[in-house]
Amino acid sequence: MADKPIITVKNLVKNYGDFAAVKGISFEVYEGEIFGLLGPNGAGKTTTLEVIETLRNKTSGEITVDGFDIETGADSIKQIIGVQLQAAGYYPNLNLSELINLFCGLYGINKTPLEMLEKVALTDKAKAKYKDLSGGQKQRFSIATTLINNPRIIFLDEPTTGLDPQARRNLWDLIREIRDAGTTVVITTHYMDEAEELCDRVAFVDGGHIIGIDTPNNFIDKLVAGGFERKKQVKLANLEDVFINMTGKEWREG
Amino acid sequence: MNTPKRYSNFNATMAIAKASFRSITRSPSAVVFSLAFPLIFIVVFANIGGSGVSVDVAVAKTCDTTGPVYSALKKNPLVHFITNKTTAEMATSLSRGDIAAIINIQKNNTLPLYTINVQYSNASAQKGGVFKSELTNLYFRINSSTNNAPPTVAEVRSTTIKGREYKYIDFLLPGMLGFSLLSSGVFGTAFVFLSLRLTLVIKRFFATPVKKYSIVLGEALARLVFSLLGAVFIILVGHYWFGFTLIHGVVTVLNMLVLASIGLIIFMGFGFVISGIAKNESSVPPISNIITMPQFLLSGTFFSVTAFPVWLQTISKILPLTYLNDAMREVAFEGAGLGDVTHQLLILGAWFIGIYAVAVKTFKWE
Repeated sequence: MADKPIITVKNLVKNYGDFAAVKGISFEVYEGEIFGLLGPNGAGKTTTLEVIETLRNKTSGEITVDGFDIETGADSIKQIIGVQLQAAGYYPNLNLSELINLFCGLYGINKTPLEMLEKVALTDKAKAKYKDLSGGQKQRFSIATTLINNPRIIFLDEPTTGLDPQARRNLWDLIREIRDAGTTVVITTHYMDEAEELCDRVAFVDGGHIIGIDTPNNFIDKLVAGGFERKKQVKLANLEDVFINMTGKEWREG
Repeated sequence: MNTPKRYSNFNATMAIAKASFRSITRSPSAVVFSLAFPLIFIVVFANIGGSGVSVDVAVAKTCDTTGPVYSALKKNPLVHFITNKTTAEMATSLSRGDIAAIINIQKNNTLPLYTINVQYSNASAQKGGVFKSELTNLYFRINSSTNNAPPTVAEVRSTTIKGREYKYIDFLLPGMLGFSLLSSGVFGTAFVFLSLRLTLVIKRFFATPVKKYSIVLGEALARLVFSLLGAVFIILVGHYWFGFTLIHGVVTVLNMLVLASIGLIIFMGFGFVISGIAKNESSVPPISNIITMPQFLLSGTFFSVTAFPVWLQTISKILPLTYLNDAMREVAFEGAGLGDVTHQLLILGAWFIGIYAVAVKTFKWE
């Protein structure tokens, strides 16, 4: 795949009053990849995402999303992106079908709730309330709402935080399917195993700066070539593999 | 890439209105405050105030119950005879004011044929007075009918003009409508916008092409439709079950709904302000009560403002609900059109400008 940038960020700075959350970061996201922003809590991942999503104003820098500048083309950008916020709730007292209908109205798109719920395997929960879903189901529903407008890019902010291993793997499969269908995915996480498994390329963010961008494999190879060795002999499996092996890969609804 | 049709702000607004309306109808507190409370108040107060006074009068053991005096009093709907008490019980009841009087009619062998002995009590002076005047009426009636002779000195001819009966429900129901609009506007709006903000629902909306005004308009529309349906329901129950006066029928109802809309929009302004200054959901009720309780008590919801001392009336004359209630009563009972209540509408207009000026400053989107 030719590496054609769909998002370009140049020298992005974001200050909250005296506090500099993002201190001049630059990166590109290529069309059709899963791009990971990795870093500890408070590193500036969420702020960076929210500026790209046109939810926050930048302090300085330049950002284009699919050819639109975030300052002049915010409305056009909103039409072609899907956003999943960290810890966002949904309109109270409505069931999943009604929520999908609401979002169809907000995007100006005609889609049936079942069509959307089918994509995330939640058709049997069409009449359920969001608050009654399990953690994994909530995240899958959130992803369904990001797909309503057939977006070119979706942004997922820590979608797997708090999920059990089965639900996490299930969500990875879903995210890969979305990527394979041609949608670019930008994801934040602080789980390195997740990034290694899922992301085509990752950027490390720390203290408001980007301290490296590459594919997970290249990062690891470079580190090993530099003479790094794990203190403990790497085994062919880890404890999560044992857990999945013992409890089964099948996803539990909790 | 598919080319989406032109984005419609109208459709987005309606989608929010529809969602919000569904949410309101499923929220127990909205239904309780807008419908159940006003109806309960109407049922309770209409029955206390409406169904006439009656005076409890104990009948002494030695009382003659065969003559025309006794039977005439017994037929009087205002008089309620109590016959199952002992003499001692009667005395205590009277001194406590539980009964208004003890009556003891004696039949005489000489003229006058009957002597009516009545014992009153200070403890029940008002009801005693009612009974006394009923007795006086009876006294004149019986004397003149038995004599069959023209009155010797003077004759009283009383006529009563036929006017429209002003029932308590005519006062109470507009007040209850005001109460319903006030609580729905203030509490409902404050809670909804605060919780949408805190749960990041609004933030998620902002990631879609929807405009801010669509969110406010959609929410307002849903609340308006819900409150007006509630108002129609309260008016219909009041009219058909409690005899609430609607002078010009449907026209009066429509005028009342216009007033209800104006009132609700102003009260929603308070709700916007509260949603902006409240830090979390538990601080909404206290702040809302500060806004609603004084209006609930002082704006002529249950009693006329004129019953208050003057200093309290000046407070009443500031509150917006006073003017909404006033205008409602003018329209419903006096048959006034909206053009006849311009004074009230002007003051409501001033409140509208004032409260929305504050709301624009305090409202928070995130």
